[in-house]
Amino acid sequence: MTYVNRVVVTGLGAVTPLGLTTDSYWAGLKQGVDGIGPIETIPDAAQLSQKVAAEVRGFDPLQHFEDRALSTLDRVSQFAVVAAREAIAQSGLVIDEALSVRTASIIGTGAGGQATVDDNFRRLYVENKTRVFPLTIPKLMVNAPASQVSMQCGLRGPAFVVASACASATHAIGLSFQMVRSGMVDCAVTGGTEACVTFGTVRAWEAMRVMAPDACRPFSKDRKGLVLGEGAAMMVLEPLARAQARGANILCEVVGFGMTADAADLTAPDLGGMTRAMQGALDDGKLAPEDIQYINAHGTGTAINDETETKAIRQVFGAHADKLAVSSTKSMVGHALGAAGALEMVAMVKAVQEDIVPPTINYLGSDPACDLDYVVDGARAMPVNAAMSNSFAFGGLNAVLTVKKFS
Amino acid sequence: MTDVANDVIEIIAKKKRVDKPDVEVTDRLEDLGLESLDAVEMIFDLEEKFDISIPYNANTNNPRTEFDTVGDVVKAIEKLVAEKKS
Repeated sequence: MTYVNRVVVTGLGAVTPLGLTTDSYWAGLKQGVDGIGPIETIPDAAQLSQKVAAEVRGFDPLQHFEDRALSTLDRVSQFAVVAAREAIAQSGLVIDEALSVRTASIIGTGAGGQATVDDNFRRLYVENKTRVFPLTIPKLMVNAPASQVSMQCGLRGPAFVVASACASATHAIGLSFQMVRSGMVDCAVTGGTEACVTFGTVRAWEAMRVMAPDACRPFSKDRKGLVLGEGAAMMVLEPLARAQARGANILCEVVGFGMTADAADLTAPDLGGMTRAMQGALDDGKLAPEDIQYINAHGTGTAINDETETKAIRQVFGAHADKLAVSSTKSMVGHALGAAGALEMVAMVKAVQEDIVPPTINYLGSDPACDLDYVVDGARAMPVNAAMSNSFAFGGLNAVLTVKKFS
Repeated sequence: MTDVANDVIEIIAKKKRVDKPDVEVTDRLEDLGLESLDAVEMIFDLEEKFDISIPYNANTNNPRTEFDTVGDVVKAIEKLVAEKKS
C-alpha cells in the first residue's frame, strides 16, 4: 500500500514522576532515577496496604491554569493540557485558522477523571452531603482530556479519547499516525494521560493482587508486580513534507503501527496477540527484525507479562532477539496505564534521537524465563536507527509502534 | 446590608467576568458577564453556604430573565433562608 505522507514527530511534551517537562523526564530516565516513592497525594494513604506509587510531584495547577478554570479540569486533563502545550511549543507550529481545523487531538486515557469521581463520591458516601460539585460530569467524563486539549490549544479537527486500558496512548498515537499518513488531517496532537492514584482506585488495584509492595523490577528474578504511576506525554505528528517546508526540527519518523486483540483471557497476556501486534508494526513500517536495535518493552514487572513478552520477542525476532536492547522504563515511572504508551513513545523517540537507550532499574538478577538483554547496568550509548514500543492491555488489547531515525 | 446579601455578593463576585471592583445589589447580572456554567456553580455555592435547596433546571430556568439584578438574587435567597427557618 502506498500512503500520501511520511509522518514525523516534531514536538514532545511530558508531565511525569521524574519531572514536569520532556527534558527533565528524559534526564531522569538516562540517570536511572526511581520515580516510585511513598504515596503523597492521597490524604488517607495511611489506610492503604499499598504504600508506594509513581506520582507526579510538585505539580502546581495554578502555575498552568486560572483558578476558576480548575473547576472543570481534573488532574488527568491538567496533565494532558500542560504536556500538549509543551509539545506544540517545541514543534514551533503556529496554529492558525487553516491549521486549526486540520489538526486532530486524539488522547489515550484508561480511567478518566478518577480524582473527581473519588472526591465527589466521598462527599456522598462518607461526608453524607446531599450534593456534589456542579461540574462533576464534564470534569470526570472520560473524553475530557481530548476536549480540554482541543479547547485550550485551539484545535478544531477530529478529537476524541481512546480508551484501551494500558494500551490507550499507543492506540491514540497509532490512530493519529494513520490519520496523518493518509492525509485525513495535516497535524495531530496526540499521546496519553492518566491520574488515577486515588484512594478508591488504589484499593481496586490492591484487590487485583498484582502490585509490588516496594519497587518495580521488570524482567528481574523475584519481581513482585507492577507499581501504579501517573502523568501524561504528548507529541506533535505531521507530514514530513510539511515539517521540512517550515524548517521544523524533526525528532524521528513514525513508520509502523500494529494492533491486535487476544480474544482470550481478560487479564492474562497472550503470546499470539503480542506477536501478531509486534509483527504488524514491523510489516507496516516495512522493517525486518534485524532493522530494530531497541525495544521499549511493556515490561510491567508482573511475573506473567515479562515472561510472555520475552517469549513473544524471541518468536518475532528469532536469532536477532539476542542482539536487541530491551528496557522497561516502567521500572522508573511505574505503570501509568493509559498514559504509559505515550511516556514510552517519548522515551523511544529520545533514544532514537540521541542514540542512548534508557535502562531497566531495580534489577536483582536473572530469571531463566526472561533471558534477553534488559539494559540493567545504566543507560547505554549505542546506535538506535529503529525502535519498537510495546503496549499490552488488560482486556487483551495490544498496540505496538515502530519509529526510525530521520536522516 | 444583610448578612445574606453580603454572602450572595461575595459568591457572585467570584464568578463575574468583567473588570469591576465591587459587586453591588443594583448590578444587573447580564452586565457581570456570567457564562452558562457560572450559574450552576453559583447555585451550588449558594446552596452550600445557606444549606438550602434552590429549585433550578437549566432547561426551564433562565437566571438572566428571572433575576435581573444581584438584588433579585439576594431577595430570592433571603426568602429561601426564611422558609427554612420557619
